[in-house]
Amino acid sequence: MTHLPTSPFPALLVGLPVLLAVLGLFFRARGRAAVGLAGSFLTAGLVFVAFFEVTQRGTLIHILGGWEPPLGILLRLDPLAAVFIGLTAVVGVVISLYSWWYLRAREACTGGFPLFWPLWLFLWAGLNGLFLSNDLFNLFVAIEVVGISAVALAVLSGSSAALAAGLRYLLAAIAGSMAYLFGVALLYGSTGTLDIGILGQVLEPGATTTFALLVITLGLMIKTASFPFHFWLPPAHSSALPPVSALLSALVVKGTFYLLLRLWTEVFGVSLTFAVGQFLGLAGAIAVIWGSWQALMQDRLKLIVAHSSVAQLGYLLMIFPLLVLAPGVTAGSADWLYPAWTAGIYQVLAHAFAKASLFLSAGIIVMALGHDRIQSLRDLVAWMPMTALAIGIAGVSLIGLPPSGGFMAKWMLLKGIFLSGQWWWAPAAFAGSLLTAGYVFMLLRLAFAPAREEGPFRPVPRILQVCALLLALGSFLIVLPAESLIRFLEGSEVFGTGIETIMEGGAYGND
Amino acid sequence: METTSILPLLILVSSLVPGILILLLREEQIALRTSLNLFGALAKVGLIAWVFAGYLRGEEYNFTFNLALDLTFTLRVDQLGLLFATLSSVLWLVTTVYAIGYLEGGEHRRRFFAFFSLCVTASTGIALSGNVITFFVFYEFLTLSTYPLVVHRGTDKAVKAGRTYLWYTIGGGTVLFLGVVGLFVLAGPVYFGQTDIIAGLVEENRTLLTVLFFLMLAGLGVKAAIFPLHGWLPVSMVAPAPVSALLHAVAVVKAGAFGIVRLVYDVYGIETSGQMGVLTPLAVLAAFTIIYGSVRALYQDDFKKRLAYSTVSQLSYIALGVAITGVLSTTGAVVHLVHQGIMKITMFFAAGNIAETYGYHKISQLNGIGRRMPLTMGAFTIAVFGMIGLPPVAGFVSKWYLGLGAVQAGSYWVILVLLASSALNAAYFLPIVYRAWFCEPEQAFVRPQRSGLLETQASLLLPVVVTGMLSLAAGVFAATAGSPLAIAREIAEKLYLTIP
Repeated sequence: MTHLPTSPFPALLVGLPVLLAVLGLFFRARGRAAVGLAGSFLTAGLVFVAFFEVTQRGTLIHILGGWEPPLGILLRLDPLAAVFIGLTAVVGVVISLYSWWYLRAREACTGGFPLFWPLWLFLWAGLNGLFLSNDLFNLFVAIEVVGISAVALAVLSGSSAALAAGLRYLLAAIAGSMAYLFGVALLYGSTGTLDIGILGQVLEPGATTTFALLVITLGLMIKTASFPFHFWLPPAHSSALPPVSALLSALVVKGTFYLLLRLWTEVFGVSLTFAVGQFLGLAGAIAVIWGSWQALMQDRLKLIVAHSSVAQLGYLLMIFPLLVLAPGVTAGSADWLYPAWTAGIYQVLAHAFAKASLFLSAGIIVMALGHDRIQSLRDLVAWMPMTALAIGIAGVSLIGLPPSGGFMAKWMLLKGIFLSGQWWWAPAAFAGSLLTAGYVFMLLRLAFAPAREEGPFRPVPRILQVCALLLALGSFLIVLPAESLIRFLEGSEVFGTGIETIMEGGAYGND
Repeated sequence: METTSILPLLILVSSLVPGILILLLREEQIALRTSLNLFGALAKVGLIAWVFAGYLRGEEYNFTFNLALDLTFTLRVDQLGLLFATLSSVLWLVTTVYAIGYLEGGEHRRRFFAFFSLCVTASTGIALSGNVITFFVFYEFLTLSTYPLVVHRGTDKAVKAGRTYLWYTIGGGTVLFLGVVGLFVLAGPVYFGQTDIIAGLVEENRTLLTVLFFLMLAGLGVKAAIFPLHGWLPVSMVAPAPVSALLHAVAVVKAGAFGIVRLVYDVYGIETSGQMGVLTPLAVLAAFTIIYGSVRALYQDDFKKRLAYSTVSQLSYIALGVAITGVLSTTGAVVHLVHQGIMKITMFFAAGNIAETYGYHKISQLNGIGRRMPLTMGAFTIAVFGMIGLPPVAGFVSKWYLGLGAVQAGSYWVILVLLASSALNAAYFLPIVYRAWFCEPEQAFVRPQRSGLLETQASLLLPVVVTGMLSLAAGVFAATAGSPLAIAREIAEKLYLTIP
C-alpha cells in the first residue's frame, strides 16, 4: 500500500467541507447560506483538482499523522472512489445552486432553513470520508456522520410528516449501523486488524467470518433501503425539503452501496458462496418490481419518485449475483464481469442525475401548486414546458431508453445476465422497465392533458427549472465519456474483479 | 464502392436541428418557424437526391462513430435504406406543407412542428442505420417523439389513445431490447448484410436464435401492427390528420415493417431463416392479419378508422412478401413498402381535407362529396384503385409481384389470400367512391369552413394531388430505371445472388 503516491488530497476532501460547515455556524441566516454556497463551489473545485490528479498519477493515498496501517489510518483515493466523489460533487453543486434559490424563495415564511448549509457540508464530508476510508472503523464513523446529518436534513422542514418519517429513518439508520458495528467487532476480534487491504489477505473462512459477513451485509442493506428493508425510504425521502430529497435519493444511499460493493469484493471473497450472491440478486429483483409497482400506485409526485428509488436501487443489487462466480469459474474466464461492473457504475450515475432532477422538479411543482397531487399536473406542458421537459428526460433515463445513461446501465446489465447464463434475472429487468415506463408516462400523460380545474401554476424562479433540466440532461451526457471513464476505472484494482467461490452450499469452506 | 462521408449524418441533421431550434422559438414566431421547417424539409430532399445520384453512380456512403464502449453508431446508405429514406423525406416535405395549412391558427404549433421534425429524424435514422444497435436507438426515439403528436389535441380521448399507444410500443420496445441484447451477446455487433454471422451460429444455437428471432419479431410487429399487436393503430387515429397521414401511414408503421425486412434479409439472412423454419409462422400470421384487418375495416363508419384498419391489412403484405422465399415476392414486399406509403398518405390527406373543409368524419356523410371536392376525391379514387390492385396504379404492381412470387414458391394458398383481400378492399373502399361520386347528398351542404381558389385551401389541396399523381406515376413508370420497382428488383436480385 505504501508504494502508492501520497498526496494531501484525500485528507483535504474530508477536511475542507468540515471546516466550511463549522465556519458557517458562526454566521447567521443569509451569511450562513452564502458561506454554504461558496463552500459547495470550493469543495467541488477541490474535487475537480483531486480528480484530475488521480487521472494523472493514479491511486493516491494519505496516511494520517504518518502512522502506517495497521496502527494508523490510511485514506485511499483510487479511481473508483474518485468517480463516486466526482459524482457527489457534480450533482451536489447543482443541488446547492438550486437550494440557494429555493430556500431564498421560501425565506419569508420559514426563515430559509439556515441549518441546511452546515448539515449539507457535513453530509458531504461524511460521504467523501466513506468513499476514501480504508478501514472498517473509520468507515463506521463516516457512515454515522452521513446517517446523522442525513436524518437531521430530512426533518429540517419540521412538518409532522417529516418528523414521523425522520424518526423511522433514524431508527433504521441506527439499526443498520449497529449491525455493521457488530460485524466489525467480530472481524476485529478474530483478526486483530481493521484495515481493508490487510483483512482481505488474512481473513480465514469460518463461522465467525460468515456471521460477520451476514450482519454487515444486513446492516448495509438496511441503510441502502434494499428490499425488504426499504420501508423507511419512501416516507423519509418524500417528506423532506426538495433539495434534501434529491441529496438523499441521489447520493446518500449510493454511499452504503459503494461500501457493500467494496467489502464484498475486497474483504469477504473467501466466505461468499454462489447462493449468497443469488440471494442478494433476488432481493434486488423483488425491489425492482415491488418498488416500481408501488410507484405506479401512488398519487403524490414525491411519493412516486421516492418509491422509484427503491426500484432503481434494486437494479444495483442485481449486479452482485453476477460478481459472485459459481465454483470452478475463474475471474479470468468470466467475460460478464466487465459488463456487470459497468452496469453498476452507470446505474449509480444515471440514477443520481435522473433522481436528483426529478426531486428538484417535484420541488418546483410543489412551489407552483402548493401540493404535489399528480392530478393537478394537468396542462403542465403549457405552463412550465421546461420542467415538463426535465421530467420527461429524467424519466426516459430511468426507464432505460437509448441513448441515456439508464440505457447504458440496462444494456450492460442484460449483457452481463446473458453472458453469465443467469437468464432468470432478465424477466425482472424487463418488468422493471415496463413498470417504470408506466409511472413515468402516467406523469407525462397528465402533463399533456388539458382542462385544468384548479387554479394556475404560480410562477417559479426560472433558475430552479434550469437546475432540474441540467441534471436531467446530465443523465444523458454521462454516456459520452463512457469509454474513457471505464478506462479510468480500470486503474482501480477492484474494478472488473469477480468473487471466486470454493464450494456450493454452506457458507464456509473446509475448516 | 463504399465511401466514408458525413452525408448520411447531414440527412439526419437536416431535420434534427430544425426540430430543436423550433422547440426554442416562441409560439408566435410563425414565419421563422415555417421557414425553418420548410428549409429543413427541402434540405433533406436535396441531400437525399444527392445521395441518390451517388447511388446511381454506384457509391455507398457510410458514417461510423463509437458512441460509447461497444455501442457503435453506424449510418450506411444501402439500397433498401435509401428507398425508405427517400420515401420518408419526400413525404415529409409534402406533409409539412399540408400540416402548415392544416394547423393554421391552432394551438401548440411550436410543439407540434418540433416533434414532427424529430419523428422524421428518427424514421430516416431507422432507414439509414447500419447495424442492429443503431436501428434500436432510432426505433425507441421514434416511439418517444411520436407520443406528443398522438396526444397533441389534448382531449381526454387523445390522452387515452396516447396511453394505449405507449403500452404497446414501449412493451414492444422492451421485448425488442431483450432480443437485441441477446443477439449482441451471441453474435457481437451485427451489421446489416452480414448474414454469414448468424448462418455460422445456427448449427449450435438453433433454439436460442429462434427465440431471439421471435422476440425481435414481436418487438417489430407492434409497430408493423401485425395481429394481435395492432390494437394501438386504430385508436391513434385521434391524432391530427397530418400525423395520421405521415406517421401512421409511413413513419411509425413502416419502421416496423422495414425492421422485419431487415431482420429476415440482413440479419438472419433469407437462407438461414428458411432453414430455421421461422418464416412459415410469419407468413401465416401476416396472411391472417391481411384478412382480419380488411374484415374489421368493413365495419367502420368512421373514415379514419376504416383507413387505419386498412393500414393494418396492407402492411402485412410486406411481411407476407418477406416470408415467402423468392426474387419476385421479395420485390413485391420491398416495392410495397413504398407504394403503400404514397397511396395511404393520399387517402389520409383526402380524409383530412373533407374533415377540415366540411367537418365530415363519417363515411355515411360523404354522399355527393365528389362534386364538391373533385380533386381531393379524384386523388382518393386513384389511391383506392391502387389499394384494390387495379392497373396501372402502384398497388397493382406490388400485388402482381407478390402473386407471381407465391406461384414461384409454390405457395398457392397465398394467391387465395391476395384474391380475398382484393375483394375485401373493393368491398370497403368502393362504397366510399360510389357515395362520393354517384349518390345525391342527403342534406344541403354546409358552408365550407376553409376556402381557397379551388375546392379548399391550396396548402391542403396541393399535397393530396401530388401524392395522388405519385401513386399513379409509380405504377405507370414502374419499368423506368430508378423507379421504386426497379430498385426493389435490384435489391431482390442482389439478395438471391449468393443463394443457389
